[in-house]
Amino acid sequence: MSTLVSAARDSSVIAWRNLLTVRRTPGALVTGVVQPVIFVFLLAFVFGGSLGGGPYREFLIGGILAQTLTFNSSFTAVYLAKDLQLGLIDRFRSLPMSRVAVILGRTSSDLVTSLISVAVTMICGLLIGWRITEGFGSALLGITLLLLFSFAMSWIGAVIALTARSVEVAQSLGLIWLFPVTFISGAFVSIDTLPGPLQAIAAWNPITAVATSVRELFGNAPPAGFITSTGWAADNAVIYAILSCIAVIAVFSPIAVSQYRRISRR
Amino acid sequence: MIRLENLRKNYGAFRALDGISLDIEEGQIFGLLGPNGAGKTTTVKVLSTLIRPDSGTALVAGHSVLTDPTAVRRSIGLSGQYAAVDEKLTGYENLVMVARLYGMTRRESVARARELLAEFGLSDVAGKRAGAYSGGMRRRLDLASALVVRPPVVILDEPTTGLDPRARLDTWEVITTLVRAGTTVLLTTQYLEEADQLADRIAVIDSGQVIAEGTSTDLKGRLGAERITLTLTHRDSLEGTLRILDRIIGEPARPQADSSGLRITASAPLGQRDLLQVLADLDEEGHSVTEAALCRPTLDDVFLDLTGQPASARPSQTPADTAEVGV
Repeated sequence: MSTLVSAARDSSVIAWRNLLTVRRTPGALVTGVVQPVIFVFLLAFVFGGSLGGGPYREFLIGGILAQTLTFNSSFTAVYLAKDLQLGLIDRFRSLPMSRVAVILGRTSSDLVTSLISVAVTMICGLLIGWRITEGFGSALLGITLLLLFSFAMSWIGAVIALTARSVEVAQSLGLIWLFPVTFISGAFVSIDTLPGPLQAIAAWNPITAVATSVRELFGNAPPAGFITSTGWAADNAVIYAILSCIAVIAVFSPIAVSQYRRISRR
Repeated sequence: MIRLENLRKNYGAFRALDGISLDIEEGQIFGLLGPNGAGKTTTVKVLSTLIRPDSGTALVAGHSVLTDPTAVRRSIGLSGQYAAVDEKLTGYENLVMVARLYGMTRRESVARARELLAEFGLSDVAGKRAGAYSGGMRRRLDLASALVVRPPVVILDEPTTGLDPRARLDTWEVITTLVRAGTTVLLTTQYLEEADQLADRIAVIDSGQVIAEGTSTDLKGRLGAERITLTLTHRDSLEGTLRILDRIIGEPARPQADSSGLRITASAPLGQRDLLQVLADLDEEGHSVTEAALCRPTLDDVFLDLTGQPASARPSQTPADTAEVGV
């Protein structure tokens, strides 16, 4: 059996195991479901009024989707760290299975969590007046892009788990980087209002690209007062978003796998 | 079947393995006996490819753990110190998962899981989550997971640590009937009794080195199998008692009296018979005792005999102690 086939097979077995676990402890999904709800209503009604009202609420959803999926990487960090602490991991490591499977199985099963988050966010969006105005194909591309992005973020979570080696550390490391990274972006505001250096960071922040892309693909225009950004990243948001997802996966997946190979517990 | 040559592994300044060499023949149950920290688990981890040794070689079923770990992984079944089962999955799902990860098809995995559940007496709880299993059931599920592909080599790392006496006996039975069946077994334990019960050959290790090796009868002969403990009523009886011990047991007795001069312990290779004769002679010569006991040697006694000093990291738990702690 070729390496790729066995990697895919073994990862799907691990993903199956992870999903059984999620089904039996649905409480684990609470954050993934409740957080987007909170953010949608918080930003729409607390900040939304000052930022443009109805049009802002429509603009907001793309940002919330990008933010929620970035936050979901912390699930990967926590649950992978938990798995690594189990005696079970010694069994996995002593089996003739693919060395990629434990991590790829996790990042794959976390896509299901993300799909649930996306659905919840969209339902909240529909409730506050957000609509998809582009065609079906375009919307589908938008959702596919969101899942690719989520998968990429998951690999960052995996590296955090493998670096932290304890659930507590993985939990805090997995969360702290999320706030600056998601807020220094065009997820919730027009980046032209940011001071110079932050503006440059935000313009090239993949989260900006993802949020901008899905707004384009779902047909959500920015509120009237918002200055539309220019520059290559803004003009080619979809391409840049896809490229940055691929880059993140290309950088973080080999790191994660080599870290997993090197783990020697005690 | 398993060959270790001069294995070394350091963790910083701590020498976990300090030149271990062992040769385990096909079909043998080999017991690796030692206290906590002696290097048992490190040896197991090297053999199951979980860690790499700093130097030395290890061959399992003809494959080197260094150059062909995948072939080693295909040839072994590992049952670790802490039952490595997925608590959120049912017993059935655990076995299917392991079978799938060994590369079996879905259909084969399902059939093998059912078969193992029946063999290990877990069919009734097959659909329950492993998290709800008792300690003994979990251990059986873990052992079953190690046997999924009927590997030629099975490695059992302290298979009964933390089990109550009943579950321990139960596990022993599983090992002798199911695990045995033609496979080569490496078993680590800190209980002399367990090694004695299960293993064909035993190596005693301490501080990462093999300090004695042989069949269990060999070792027992060398270790003064059982011990007599006598508490005298009068200190005057000490001289006479030592004479009697010397007469009946002779040189192997190596009697030791405590500071009060009332309590004497001595090795008794013939066990019960030695004790009866000693008591009969004491009675005949008019010495009275308030207490007389015959005990199996503990790992501490073994170390005392082999090294002249107590085990470096005290296990000091006899199976009975563990039972009191519970699971």
